Amino acid sequence: MASGIRDKVAILGMGCSKFGERWDRNAEDLMVEAFEEGLKDAGIERDQIEAAWFGTAIEEQHVGKSGIPLAMTLRLPYIPVTRVENYCATGTEAFRGAVYAVASGAVDIALALGVEKLKDTGYGGLPQRGRGGLNNLFWANISAPGSFAQLAAAYRAKHRVDAKDLKRAMAHISVKSHDNGAKNPKAHLRNRITEDDVMKAPMIADPLGLYDCCGVSDGSACAIVTTPEIARGLGKKDLVAVKALQLAVSNGQEVQFDDWDGSYFATTRVAAKRAYREAGIDDPRKRISMFDVHDCFSITELVTMEDLGISEEGKAINDVLDGFYDASGRVPCQIDGGLKCFGHPIGASGLRMLYEMYLQLSGRAGERQRPAPVLGMTHNLGGFPSQNVSSVTIVGSYGA
Amino acid sequence: MSDAFGILSYGAYLPRRRLQRKTIAAANGWFNPGLRSLAKGERAMANWDEDTVTMAVEAARNCLAGMPPAAIGQLMLASTTHPYDDRQNAGIVATALHLGSALRVLDVTGSLRAGTSALATALAVGGNALVAAGEHRLAKAASPQEMHYGDGAAAVLVGRGEPIARLVAAHSETVDFVHQYRGHDRAHDYAWEERWIRDEGYMKIVPAALGALFAASGTTASSVTHFCMPCTLPRVAAGLAKRVGLPETALRDNLAAACGDSGVAHPLLMLAHALEDAKPGDRVLVAAFGQGCDALLFEVTEAIRKLPPRAGVKGALARRKEETNYERFLAFNDHITLERGMRAETDLGTPLSTLYRNRDMITGLVGGRCRDCGTLQFPRGRYCVNPKCNALDSQDDQPFSDLGAKVMSYTADVLTYSPDPPAYYGMIQFDDGGRMMADFADVDEGKVEVGMPMRMMFRIKENDAARGFVRYFWKATPAANS
Repeated sequence: MASGIRDKVAILGMGCSKFGERWDRNAEDLMVEAFEEGLKDAGIERDQIEAAWFGTAIEEQHVGKSGIPLAMTLRLPYIPVTRVENYCATGTEAFRGAVYAVASGAVDIALALGVEKLKDTGYGGLPQRGRGGLNNLFWANISAPGSFAQLAAAYRAKHRVDAKDLKRAMAHISVKSHDNGAKNPKAHLRNRITEDDVMKAPMIADPLGLYDCCGVSDGSACAIVTTPEIARGLGKKDLVAVKALQLAVSNGQEVQFDDWDGSYFATTRVAAKRAYREAGIDDPRKRISMFDVHDCFSITELVTMEDLGISEEGKAINDVLDGFYDASGRVPCQIDGGLKCFGHPIGASGLRMLYEMYLQLSGRAGERQRPAPVLGMTHNLGGFPSQNVSSVTIVGSYGA
Repeated sequence: MSDAFGILSYGAYLPRRRLQRKTIAAANGWFNPGLRSLAKGERAMANWDEDTVTMAVEAARNCLAGMPPAAIGQLMLASTTHPYDDRQNAGIVATALHLGSALRVLDVTGSLRAGTSALATALAVGGNALVAAGEHRLAKAASPQEMHYGDGAAAVLVGRGEPIARLVAAHSETVDFVHQYRGHDRAHDYAWEERWIRDEGYMKIVPAALGALFAASGTTASSVTHFCMPCTLPRVAAGLAKRVGLPETALRDNLAAACGDSGVAHPLLMLAHALEDAKPGDRVLVAAFGQGCDALLFEVTEAIRKLPPRAGVKGALARRKEETNYERFLAFNDHITLERGMRAETDLGTPLSTLYRNRDMITGLVGGRCRDCGTLQFPRGRYCVNPKCNALDSQDDQPFSDLGAKVMSYTADVLTYSPDPPAYYGMIQFDDGGRMMADFADVDEGKVEVGMPMRMMFRIKENDAARGFVRYFWKATPAANS
């Protein structure tokens, strides 16, 4: 019986670039920006890194394929560099690779770095691209907002929710994230908005309006991980350790079989259960201090809080409107501003979420700092509600 | 079961949008004031994702619906607007209809009577044959043709069994009378003066053909109960009836006011319309004009009472949505240059080998049915999708095209590129099992709901303009609209 990842690996240092429309910077510049911060934070030399995982998803827009762009940009000394791509979980997947390498004992110190430069397409939104030879011949003409928007239709039908009530809760989610993002100097969007702004925004994919959608940005983030023993040996105190690293991938049941109703993420439910078991958490609603979930769209966040078992099924609207997930609420969600305000440079996002958890757990989150957080959870979702990859990561104080 | 030979069934299809002729006149009357006198009624207008092949598939499905499975040995697709010059258009229709590969197919073209010529040939050759005719007619802005033309398709199944109509006589005249033509590589027809066409063309060539038909068959004009004469020139059909001695009551509505002249498809559309009204013993005369004249005389049999109900022409006419946006018509027919945005530049290529390997799945919407657990699934994987089964290579072919479905989730997407935004799509659940994320076709804004019944339609998925390739696939359309 595998013992899981809990407390086997500690975060030695993290870095995160400023996210935004970085017109004056290449992807390589953003990578260096994140790496310099991470390396200083870790307090090590570059040559102490023994292996690296590099996350990019739409690499044809910027650095190209393989691990070479990371090795060349950072001048890594001929170490193994693995490039990973797993839709929007790409950044978290890079982290998982580095953590597993350390946990296995194969290396002492490993780097995970994710980057995406999305703003060189010439238009707003994610780059339009093919889905693969056969898929191009039969997949519906879907966009990201269009596929996630369908959650709302199915959720309303299942729980008999009025369209306006659901949209109001979705609006609150975006307003709350903007309130948080306004306090974060690294966020892309730092303006506050009102529920009315959200309700009246131009439609993107019914019922998702402009403010129901996360931004599109350039950015990079990284983590340097090692064993708790080595971290201590390097003088680190109050270690932030990895508690759970789970990933669930659709096998076609949702999109081809008949037992899914379109209103939730089957993968997230599986990954969350496994993560709580791995981290030894029985009552996540009470024990998790804060969340950074994959709020690519407001409806995604709402549904996800049920799939993670924090809100009861069909009741997330109440928690959202009660302010349960606000910065001032019981369990804040997107305390850094989330994808909503950081945008979603795909390869970087998972690591950017962990960066906030790491800052909070280290007591270094400045204006956004929560009182004595113990456990933080991040979540990524890549693909479409009907077929996706869902990652659930828990980090927290070592030994907690 | 009788072994008589003749017409076994018919079907029709019209695109749902009906462009109002007064809309055309309002747009173009400043340039051609004469158009205002034509501004009555409406014309069927192909959606951006419809062409001759897709409309012919729908007409053929309408024709075959409810019919006992017959081994169809021949399929003809008649049109002057086949999407491909070198790729058997009828072969696409055959694959969409799951007719198998033991099949003779012909694309019949070159004249506005290609539809009747194909039908006459099928009747002369014998054997079970499906004759489909479709037309997606282009016309220059502000031309009379833009007013007169319409898009549509019809299909006729001939063969042995219990024919609903048997052929009494057929005659063809071939005369190189060029009342209009379209040269190679030209998008639009070039037409001569209507008065000359009427006097020297219709009024001389058609009577010659009909006279020969009656003389050779020993029948009389007075015995005809339905006269199908697709001619949009005023009073010509009536004049012909009078000249030939057909009963005044036999003259049928040429459907010009309701859907426009669908070219090669139109004589068959009028034939199908006549068969919908006909009683046993009625005689239906169909004529088609174009560098000569085809004339076919049918006698309706008792079996017409037993023909399974179908939407047919009347159903196709009733399935309509008024279109009053002339610019949309121009855009669908590529007659104006729209700024389609950078998202429209995405080039997905056209992998012919991939399409060939998966032609049943893509063109025929064939998925799988698991022999071990009975689960229907699309597409067909090597392993059954049922998590309690997951058997390897356990699935038989399962066509999904005729299975009913319901909307499970949906959206209207303005971000993704669509020639007709917003793009409607969603997850549909087939009533017998299986589901797919499907594009929706012919949806009314704000009218989609979870649980809404849908049916599948053969449509253009995408035009690969860079390579001149049309990619076809199936879309879901509200069953109430079909």
